[in-house]
Amino acid sequence: MNITVKLFATFRNGRFKMDHQDWPEGVDCRRIVASLGLTEEEIGIVLINGRHVPLDQVLGHGDTLSLFPLVGGG
Amino acid sequence: MNKILRVNMTDLTTRTEPVPAAWAGLGGRALTSTIVAAEVPATCHALGENNKLVFAPGLLTGTPAANSGRLSAGAKSPLTGTIKESNAGGTAAQMLARLGIKALIIEGLPTGDTWYSLHVSNEGVTIQEETELLGKGNFAVIEALEARLGKKTGILTIGPAGELKMTAANISVKDPDSKIRSHGRGGLGAVMGSKKIKFITINDQGAPGVKIAEPEKFKVAARTFAKALLDHPVSGEGLPTYGTNVLVNILNEAGGLPTRNFTSGQFHAHDTISGETMYETIVSRGGKHKHGCHAGCIIQCSQVYTCTEGKYLTSGFEYETIWGLGADCCIENLDDIAQADNIMDDIGIDSIETAVMFGVAMEAGILPFGDGKGMIRLLEEEIGKGTPLGRILGGGAASVGKAYGVTRVPVVKNQAIPAYDPRSVKGIGITYATSTMGADHTSGYTIATNILNVGGFVDPLKKEGQVELSRNLQIATAAVDSTGMCIFVAFPALDIPECLPALIDMINARFGISLTGDDVTNLGKQVLKTERQFNMDAGFGKEHDRLPEFFKHEPVAPHNAVWDFSDEEIDEFWNF
Ligand code: SF4
Repeated sequence: MNITVKLFATFRNGRFKMDHQDWPEGVDCRRIVASLGLTEEEIGIVLINGRHVPLDQVLGHGDTLSLFPLVGGG
Repeated sequence: MNKILRVNMTDLTTRTEPVPAAWAGLGGRALTSTIVAAEVPATCHALGENNKLVFAPGLLTGTPAANSGRLSAGAKSPLTGTIKESNAGGTAAQMLARLGIKALIIEGLPTGDTWYSLHVSNEGVTIQEETELLGKGNFAVIEALEARLGKKTGILTIGPAGELKMTAANISVKDPDSKIRSHGRGGLGAVMGSKKIKFITINDQGAPGVKIAEPEKFKVAARTFAKALLDHPVSGEGLPTYGTNVLVNILNEAGGLPTRNFTSGQFHAHDTISGETMYETIVSRGGKHKHGCHAGCIIQCSQVYTCTEGKYLTSGFEYETIWGLGADCCIENLDDIAQADNIMDDIGIDSIETAVMFGVAMEAGILPFGDGKGMIRLLEEEIGKGTPLGRILGGGAASVGKAYGVTRVPVVKNQAIPAYDPRSVKGIGITYATSTMGADHTSGYTIATNILNVGGFVDPLKKEGQVELSRNLQIATAAVDSTGMCIFVAFPALDIPECLPALIDMINARFGISLTGDDVTNLGKQVLKTERQFNMDAGFGKEHDRLPEFFKHEPVAPHNAVWDFSDEEIDEFWNF
């Protein structure tokens, strides 16, 4: 199934801003994070379609996954 | 710190007074709010002779504690009609602290048309007549005063907006690079202008410095504290790299980036104004992506943003400014926004109030959405010159809304709502509604826990837990604002267990006292209650702790969220 993956801040270094990826049914955020060479400790914010989710959240067809390191403050 | 400087602008006299016992344990916001509440009649006109303008460094300012060099300014606000504390970096706070000055209180009004300046030194404070720098922008004032009095002079100044008593006018503070930080919110520049003070200079030669009661204990605590700041990913890495502007993309993804005068929660051109793009632009042009607003800041969220030729364009280029002129006004050109930021520093006007105001002005049809050049023209030619239109614009978002009959005016207690949509980030809505300052994100920054996963997580789209979150943060912030600490120390303080005890240990070692965590919480509560009492005496009740009506009826994309707290739920906030 089709998943849009968006990366932000330092996660973009050597990777991409946005990528359309094909994943089997039942994939969770953790698996996609691992495929990007990111460790769980590095992950600050995980959003699916703009909603905060835990790493073990399962994705559905057409979902957008956004990943941020721990950053922020205004 | 052992003295209070008092300036009376009615009879042009000055006095140095001992610190009353009741004020000895206070600093920063706790002190400015206590003084304003005690000495300013709540119902006075904010620009009249009974208002007072108070400056106070924090409890730890002037010590080697990291990030402790912030200055609080307080008065009754001409924008909100409530009490106001606005804090800023720059060099003045540490100079005042080293001079042993706990607070500078400016009262009264001159009767004639003469303008003045104040000079603070080890001998006290003096009043001089001023003519040469009237009407000048803040950058020119700083340059001229450094030529007149020396490079090291500390400077607080108002631009044309403050001289004209515009209610969005700010007070500028010289930073270590002779550029500008601002006491931005609430129109305190207009209060200084009403007292006909164009600038205040500070010379700290011969200053006694800050005595630390228990130096060894202080050193150990200061080291632990600094380590926590550097270890936390937000203060140690995120803020120094991307500045606060990293939030553009985060809020856009989360659907809480107010866009086109608060009609959407996402901006199509978010990437062109994002922290990531800004970082690349700064690095490619040879600017600085990290920079401190005062000596001793080790987080360094500020930056120096240059134009394509590498010349200084602006610094202290904050998310709220970039969001406001970018997403909320749909301006896609970061250089236009940077130029506007520089002009706002120069004419001395709050960049949050003014950015939100432009969103309302665009809805009113004064200029089209997205018109960066038009916005720059209005800043320079109308606000900067004080034309009749400029005075309406310089009165802030509510002023323009009223003059042009706009109903979608994002303000609480007349102060503009900043960069986080309260419909899709509900905790911050509680802060906007209940803050003693009018809409103010910094007074209880629930974004940390609603969006950034700092200090736990409270779902931004649900109502559960928001009132308690905002209450806890507002209490903690009122205490932190009294120490002279930058509010960004809250990120490590929320996550790293040693951080807050180290902060309290530093206060204890500094004064030779033994405060507990509960004492500090009680100080925060006391500050909020003092401020609230002032506001109630000024005529504000719980019915003013409300968001504008449109947030209830206009769902915001992409989550189609509305503001759905009942009045009773909001009023729970004050149950402490
Ligand atoms: S982190 Fe930013 S706002 Fe805080 S003291 Fe440093 S430069 Fe100033």
